[in-house]
Amino acid sequence: MKSKKSKVVAFNKWGYIFLIPFVVVYSIFQLIPLFTTIYNSFFENYRSGLTVIGPTFIGIDNFGKLFSDKNIWIYFGNTMLMWIIGFLPQILISLLLGAWFSDNRLRLKASGFFKTVIYLPNLIMASAFSLLFFALLSDGGPINSILIALHLRTEPFHFFSSITASRVIVGFINFLMWFGNTTILLMAGMLGIDTSLYEAAEVDGANSRQKFFRVTLPLLRPILIYVVITSLIGGLQMFDVPQILTKGAGSPAGSTMTLIMHLNQHLYSKNLGMGGALSVVLFVLTGILSIIVFKMSGFKLEDD
Amino acid sequence: MAQNMQITYDIKGENTGTIKRRRIVAYIVLAFLSLLCLFWFYLLFVNATKSHAELSLGFTAVPSTHLFTNWKQLMKMPLKVLPGLANSIFVAALSAICATYFSAMTAYAIHVYRFAGRKAIATFILAVMMIPTQVTALGFLELIRKFNMMDTFWPLIIPSVAAPATFFYMKQYLDSALPLEIVEAARIDGSGEFRTYNTIIMPIVKPAIAVQAIFTFVASWNNYFTPALILSNENRKTLPILIAQLRSMDWSHLDMGAVYVMIAFSIFPVVVVYLCLSKYIVGGIAAGSVKG
Repeated sequence: MKSKKSKVVAFNKWGYIFLIPFVVVYSIFQLIPLFTTIYNSFFENYRSGLTVIGPTFIGIDNFGKLFSDKNIWIYFGNTMLMWIIGFLPQILISLLLGAWFSDNRLRLKASGFFKTVIYLPNLIMASAFSLLFFALLSDGGPINSILIALHLRTEPFHFFSSITASRVIVGFINFLMWFGNTTILLMAGMLGIDTSLYEAAEVDGANSRQKFFRVTLPLLRPILIYVVITSLIGGLQMFDVPQILTKGAGSPAGSTMTLIMHLNQHLYSKNLGMGGALSVVLFVLTGILSIIVFKMSGFKLEDD
Repeated sequence: MAQNMQITYDIKGENTGTIKRRRIVAYIVLAFLSLLCLFWFYLLFVNATKSHAELSLGFTAVPSTHLFTNWKQLMKMPLKVLPGLANSIFVAALSAICATYFSAMTAYAIHVYRFAGRKAIATFILAVMMIPTQVTALGFLELIRKFNMMDTFWPLIIPSVAAPATFFYMKQYLDSALPLEIVEAARIDGSGEFRTYNTIIMPIVKPAIAVQAIFTFVASWNNYFTPALILSNENRKTLPILIAQLRSMDWSHLDMGAVYVMIAFSIFPVVVVYLCLSKYIVGGIAAGSVKG
């Protein structure tokens, strides 16, 4: 008996061996960069023309400068606004589609086909998709040509000179890319709801609207929160779409400049101090959101 | 029996007319949303077949015949399209292999072995799963400069060895598909631990590996942020960087037919793969989330 146990323990050292690649790569390429990013945020270190200023230790001055910069709040506002423009229709439509797909009385045909189609935009290269929208919505592009042919406009509409239109386009592309994904997640959640609850509601005379608001929504809350938070984390990372649409300028008048686009500018100009401070703030934000998701996941490991 | 109960409930709850009406509304909305998803690809396809002259006349819905001449126009532009394709395939394929093989190995270590710190490591990996790579990009670039790996593919491939999301998916798959008895049986037969993993476990988790390989491949194929910071040599750029370069060119002198062909060229490989494998991919999405 004793010898058997020691043999199992001997096998268990293989657990460490199998973990080596992951742990080593994660430490070198994620943890060390995280620490150097934090380290950099405490130094004044940037390029002014060809001269390098710093690095000089300045404590938390970079953070003070970051939070007192009016622009950073504008970029934060842009990021959140464009996220909401995309997310609101996304969650509403996904809830509706999820309810329909999981409704066993509706018995929708070809639901596999519909799911395949609405998930498709999620796999498309965001930069290429954005360039496509830029070409389609340009002054001589097909959308303006259609608008004029339908007599809705007499001359081309300059989509990318309008603040509202530019933001709506970014939000719309995000909506298009993500509503299929959200639908499938919510549908999986709805299918997990015990059908006897619906049967009981039906016996009590509930119609489909009452069943949705009184049974589905309350039981779906954990998954809804999961969807909102993961989408928010994704929203904070918004980069490809506005970057390609506006050549990184965030035009018109900085109205589509996001936080990560701004970080990207710091990375190119080697403004390591301010770039570090912005990274740390984003790390803390996404870190808090991640912990909420993790706590909610109720992750449990079988015991030793 | 169940069928009978279903009918009584239908009569009790809503009559069949209401259900029929709701079904029609659902089909109309679904058809509209599907069109909304496919419309842009249709425009892309149509416009990629038209010459620059035809495109400047305004939009018509019928495809034309200039796909090949547009491609030739694209080849004349100062964009390294074919090397870009090769680079994208190389980086994405190696990333997919690294992520699936090593993250599955990590999940296997947590699943099969009982060692001190096991729980802490699993918890840590899951807690950091959602943290985006952008927030450590600054330190990452410093490190890559120090390693002299700027303008190489390695900083885009090696980090995928540690893919927390793939680990999570594999762990869930192992929980449902790999009883520990199989590992014990292999031990009794004298198989070494490493050989067990490669020859017995790998075939068992093949379906999960395939799903994750597709997701990792696509994510790497589409990735623009990190490659744009690392790659600067024209011959090493990947397709998303070329797309950004195309956007930065002078659009008043661009051949629009060539622009559409370039976009189609970057998009369609993934579309084709997706349409062939959509059954597995759509099935894998919900399973990869925390609450499936």
